[in-house]
Parts: sequence; C-alpha cells; structure tokens
Amino acid sequence: MATVQDIEIPDTAARNALALDELQDMHGEKMVLNMGPSHPATHGVLRIVLELDGELITKAQPDVGFLHRGDEKIAENMTYTQFIPYTDRLDYLAPLANNVAYTLAVEKLLGIHDKLPPRCQYIRVMCAELARISAHLLGLGAFAMDMGAVTVFLLIFTEREKVYNLAESLSGARFTTSYTRIGGVMRDLPPGWTDQCRRFLEEVVITINEAETLLTRNRIWVDRIRDLAVISKADAISYGLSGPNLRGSGIEYDLRKNQPYLCYPDLDFDIPVGSTGDCYDRYLVRMEEMRQSVRIIHQCLKKIPGGADNQSKEPVNVDDGKIVLPPKEKVMTRMEELIHQFMLVTEGVNCPPGEIYFGHENPKGELGFYIHSRGGGVPYRLKIRSPSFVNLSIIPKIFPGCMLSDTVAILGSLDFVMGECDR
Amino acid sequence: MSNLDPASQLKAKFGDLISGPTGFRGEITLKLADAERIAEVCEFAKTKLGFEYLVDISSLDNYGEDPRWTVVYELRNLTNNAELRIKTNVSEEKSELPSVLGVWATSNWHEREIYDMMGIRFRGHPDLRRILMWEGYPYFPLRKDFPLAGKPTNVPEVAFSEIAPLEGGPFVTLPGSGGAVSREPRVRTPEE
Repeated sequence: MATVQDIEIPDTAARNALALDELQDMHGEKMVLNMGPSHPATHGVLRIVLELDGELITKAQPDVGFLHRGDEKIAENMTYTQFIPYTDRLDYLAPLANNVAYTLAVEKLLGIHDKLPPRCQYIRVMCAELARISAHLLGLGAFAMDMGAVTVFLLIFTEREKVYNLAESLSGARFTTSYTRIGGVMRDLPPGWTDQCRRFLEEVVITINEAETLLTRNRIWVDRIRDLAVISKADAISYGLSGPNLRGSGIEYDLRKNQPYLCYPDLDFDIPVGSTGDCYDRYLVRMEEMRQSVRIIHQCLKKIPGGADNQSKEPVNVDDGKIVLPPKEKVMTRMEELIHQFMLVTEGVNCPPGEIYFGHENPKGELGFYIHSRGGGVPYRLKIRSPSFVNLSIIPKIFPGCMLSDTVAILGSLDFVMGECDR
Repeated sequence: MSNLDPASQLKAKFGDLISGPTGFRGEITLKLADAERIAEVCEFAKTKLGFEYLVDISSLDNYGEDPRWTVVYELRNLTNNAELRIKTNVSEEKSELPSVLGVWATSNWHEREIYDMMGIRFRGHPDLRRILMWEGYPYFPLRKDFPLAGKPTNVPEVAFSEIAPLEGGPFVTLPGSGGAVSREPRVRTPEE
C-alpha cells in the first residue's frame, strides 16, 4: 500500500489538504503542489493548493487575500466623493466601469440615480462599455498567452493602448481615471473625443476579427478548452457566478437588460449566452460581448444629446448645489456657491439614512455596493460585492478531475482580477 | 409592487418572526427576529418563492448598540428580477448564527469573509477559516473599535505586525455627528 509522503509544509491550507485525505489515498501517491501566489497564470496574487494524483487534480484549495488593502474599512473613514479614487483600484483593468458603478450606488442612496441628465447617462454608458472592451481584450490576451498563443496578447495590447488614450483625454489619467462624480462626471467630453472614439471602434473590430481568426477555429485552441471545466446551470446559480461566467453556462442574465439603469433601455444590444458552460463557451461569450459593446458605443455616439461638441450646452451634472461642486468662477463671486463648495469639500454629500444595494454589470460580473448610511457625508458601512471574489469560489468545485496543465486554461476562462477579489 | 408579494408570503409562513417590509428606493427589506431561523427562512425563500440567487451577504457592526451585529442577505429571483433583503440581528455574547451553506454554495466565501472581518461565526460551516487576513491574525478589522491605522500583533514572521505609518494622516472626515470641526478632514493621530 502506498503511503502519503510526509512533506514539511508550515502552512495551514496545505496541511489541511494533506491531513484530510490520508484516508482516501486509494489511487496512489498524492502530491501537494503550490501554485502561486506569484505565478504568471494566476493574474495577480492568487494561490491555489493543488492536490495531485499524477497529473490529475484531486483537490484544489484557493487561497486569496494577498492583495487585501481594507478598502471597506477605508470607505468608512472618508466622504463618498473621496472614495471614488479607491474604486479605480478594484478591478484595475476597468477603472471607468468601477467609477460608474460606485457613483450610481451613491446616487441610488441619494435618490437621484434616475434623474441624471441624459448626456451624463450616455457618457457613462460609453465609459462602461469602453472599459468592458478593454477588460475583455486583456482577459482574452492573457488567456491566450497562458495557452501559448503570445501573438494574441501583443495584438490586443495595441488596441488597449487606444482605450487608454481615450481615457486619458477624457479624465487626464490613463489607469486611475476617477472620472465620475456623484451626480455627474468630472467634465464633458473633450473636443475631438468622439472622432477618436469612432476611429478606435473601427480599428478594434479588425483586431477582434484577427484574434477570432487566430483562435476560434484553431484546432489546438478548441481541443484544449472545449468541454473543459463545465459549469452546469444549477452550479452557476448556486455559486453566485455573474457576468460572462454565468452567461457562458447558458443563463441569460445581464443586469443591463434585467435591471436596467442609465440609458441602457434606449439602446439596442444582444446578450450572448453559451450552451454547455465550458471554457470555450466563456471565451465565445466574451468575444461576442466586445462586439455588442462596440455596437452600444456606436449608438451612443449617434444619439448622445448635444452631439459631439455639445453646442446646445446640455448639462452633464445634476442641477443641485448640495450634490455637485459649483463652477469655480461662481465660487469666487457668489456667496451661495461658496457655501456649497465649502460644505461639499469639508463634509461631503449629505446622504439620507437608509440602506441600498446597487449591482452594476461590470466586465467581470456583477460589481455591487451595499451602502448603509446613518446620514451625513460618510458611509456607516460600505460592502463591495466583487465579482472576481464570488467567481473564484467555484474553483474547489470545478478543478478536481482536470489535469494540472488545464489549470491555466480554467483560470484564464474565469477571468478574474485579484485587486477586486481581495479589496 | 411584485416585491411585496414574497414579503407577505414569508410573513404568512413565519408569522411574527418577520417584520417589515420596509421600502427604500424601491428595495424591500425584511427583518427576521430570530437569527437561529435564518437558514430555514432562506430555504423557504429559495424553494418556494424562487429566490434562487444569493447576491451577497454583508455584516454591520452597530457599535454601542445591542444587539451588536446585523447580517444582511441580498436575495434575487432570476426569473422575475425581484430582489429581497433579509436582515437579522445577532448579539455580541452569542456572535453566532446558522450557516446558509446548505441553501446556496456561494455563501461559503461570504460567510468566511464575515467571520474574518467581523468575527461572527456561522454554525455548520465546514471550513470557517480567515480568508482575506492571514491565519493567526488576532483581530477583526471591520469592527468599529478597530482603528484605521491597525493594531500591533505579536504573530512572529508575518508582515504588517505593527501599526501602519500614517505620516500624519489619514486626512479624512470622521463619521458621526460630532460637529463640523471634529468631522472635517485634517491630520489625526491614530489614538484620536
């Protein structure tokens, strides 16, 4: 009879994996392998303790928290507006979408989320969809690179660069955008932005097509990820998956359609769903979502009130001095605006007591904020429901039975960001 | 008001245990008086009322009040998009309530996180370990009596076992209603 090798591992997660399975050691000698936290395929600092029987995974125990910064604690100690830059660092591949999600949550608490000016809504939708394209591109590139197709990674980075340029002319920053404000956005679209955006949309479709040619019918790609790590509908719901991972399992649920916010009801787009719930389906769903995002942004550019350069002076902020900072020139000359400015900066936006949950369809899934307010400018409790955290919790369920070399493919298809998972 | 309907069904089933519903911004909140029954209520909501999707579990520290903890469950019906929030209070002496892991598999990590951050235990959870903080960390950081700068720990060979050097900061407002001067952002020492 084979014996379990006594490996000295001073770590509880690894020790548990060993100790629990001493009795079940029927197939042969088990080996415990540490994957991560610093591993190129874990896209950040995810650690998985794998228990292997030969090359077959018999057990997987994810270990998260290496990037924990205490964002929820920090949020309790600052005003609602001050927390906006922290949302950039949640899903750092799609900061614009996080900004939109967070400000919409605070606006729901204030009761103004459905009273936003139309131009602001269109700008925010474009931000969220640009972020989706950018995040899915990187998810695709990293997925393909982990599987050995480095070309795709280089291909998508030229396109992501253009999204960064768009974000830069929009907000002044490439990564940490902090573009939205409670009750609006930091500033209107800069001149020439819409043309730049249209050019990007035309070019990104070409790149998506190229990537599609490289991968979708590629024999190696398909053989490796088809029927791999199948997530059934029931499991997807029970494990609370969201975003492309949920839709890849064939559940047509998208917050943009099912719980519409902003101007999404006025826009025409489809929700792609998978059929079997394997890695290949999740890949296909993301590819199609990028095309749908391109479609959404095209419509936004066409329908945005005020047009490209806002000749008709459409507002981009709600008209409420107690929520949005007044224009600087008025602060210097008028008493009321000066008071508003002072109160907003020192005490923050005065929110009513109450509690809300707002879920936003982020690239990775449902990014939700539960805000419990007891009045005043500071949240009493702000809970971040991060899609990556929830999506990763299915690892112990889907890993066993796969081969060791499949891990990178499954992780790539789950498409997570640790900055958001660990908060 | 389709959301009110599940509320009345829950009230019909569990009687006085369920209070509410209270509505705020179009959301329905129910309060469960006895935290021991939470798994039962969730099971009923899932199987009979179609709330098959658990969005999130949050926890609240009502510091200085009794009972100290509130656990908040966000439920969703994927078919008709109804949402429901169930809240239940847990006293500090007890700090324990039944796990809903048997109802939704996703509650596994949510419950571990609440245990990690607030120190509320979930009875029946098979693997209630810390998840975001490291094993052996002695405090519960999201409690209101835990300072933002952190507390020193005596766990050897672990990073961050001293309080964080805040360099005169954080330049943040103070929650609560202690007057404008005390709330405004300025240099604060960790003891303050």
